[in-house]
Amino acid sequence: MSRSPGRKQENHKISRELFVLTYGALVAQLCKDYEKDEDVNAYLDRMGYSIGIRLIDDFLARSAVKKCRSYSETADMIAQVAFKMYLGVTPSVSCSSAMGNEFSLILDKNPLVDFVEELPAERASLCYCNLLCGVIRGALEMVQLAAEVTFLQDRLKGDAVTEIGITFLRKPEDRKHKRN
Amino acid sequence: MDSRFTRGKSPVLERALGRPRSELSLAAFALLFSELVQYCQRRVASVAELQARLARLGHHVGLRALDALVARERPGRRETKVLGVLLFVKGPLWRALFGREGDKLEQANDDDRTFYVIEREPLVNTFVSVPRENSSLNCAAFAAGLLEAVLGAAGFPARVSAHWHKGTT
Repeated sequence: MSRSPGRKQENHKISRELFVLTYGALVAQLCKDYEKDEDVNAYLDRMGYSIGIRLIDDFLARSAVKKCRSYSETADMIAQVAFKMYLGVTPSVSCSSAMGNEFSLILDKNPLVDFVEELPAERASLCYCNLLCGVIRGALEMVQLAAEVTFLQDRLKGDAVTEIGITFLRKPEDRKHKRN
Repeated sequence: MDSRFTRGKSPVLERALGRPRSELSLAAFALLFSELVQYCQRRVASVAELQARLARLGHHVGLRALDALVARERPGRRETKVLGVLLFVKGPLWRALFGREGDKLEQANDDDRTFYVIEREPLVNTFVSVPRENSSLNCAAFAAGLLEAVLGAAGFPARVSAHWHKGTT
């Protein structure tokens, strides 16, 4: 590598304000370009997905975690390691189904809405942080875990906390392993 | 009357401004920025328009960043001289937003109203590779828009653009 090893370290961090404001500018631009909230939400999810499929590489490279053995370990990993690494917050995880494949991450502090006071009246059903859902979905898909990720509660819409629900769908390669 | 004014302040507005800023990873920002550029690229037809769009997004960021930064870095005193505000931009503002100060601030030889802030490796261009057919694209147009908003809001309306300068920006 032509760069000296010391330089990589100082470049790893950026200011939280820049990130949050850039995200805000992006959402504002999307709202200007698309009239319907569903379109904006869908686009944010799609952008989040393409970010997620690349972010997972960075995550695995930096965190060197071992392979997760169960869905609950995966959910814990996302909450305690990934969120901490990329957003600086640690949501709490709770399992919300008997089968063990539905989890929710409860965020009391969401850095993405640091500068957002409330949603404007004409955008009442906008999921401001829908990018996060796409990111989680994309990242999980790249490690062969299909999941559906949605917002269950959103502080911007008046709920007490922000809650992201992750539902792991059945792994498609379960059947492929039966080879003889 | 707008219900916003009668309802009572939301908790976000009550928070103090001077809390310690935490830092996030560069990878997250770089990926977000790349999505932003891709989004703009899909909707424009030329490089100049793409730079204009990036500048507009940077404008949006700059307007909101200025107040918070001035309140934190220079409480009680606003810059009223051109050189003062440029030094503020090059130093504290650049450091707060991009993690390091702008490398150089120069005045143009022929026009004393033109200044250059020179940066060897702008943060926004960290993971950007420009294909040869778009070689005039400089994603630092985002930073240029940011700067334009900051200067405009500080009372110094200016036109800011990003240029390649002997291999740097």
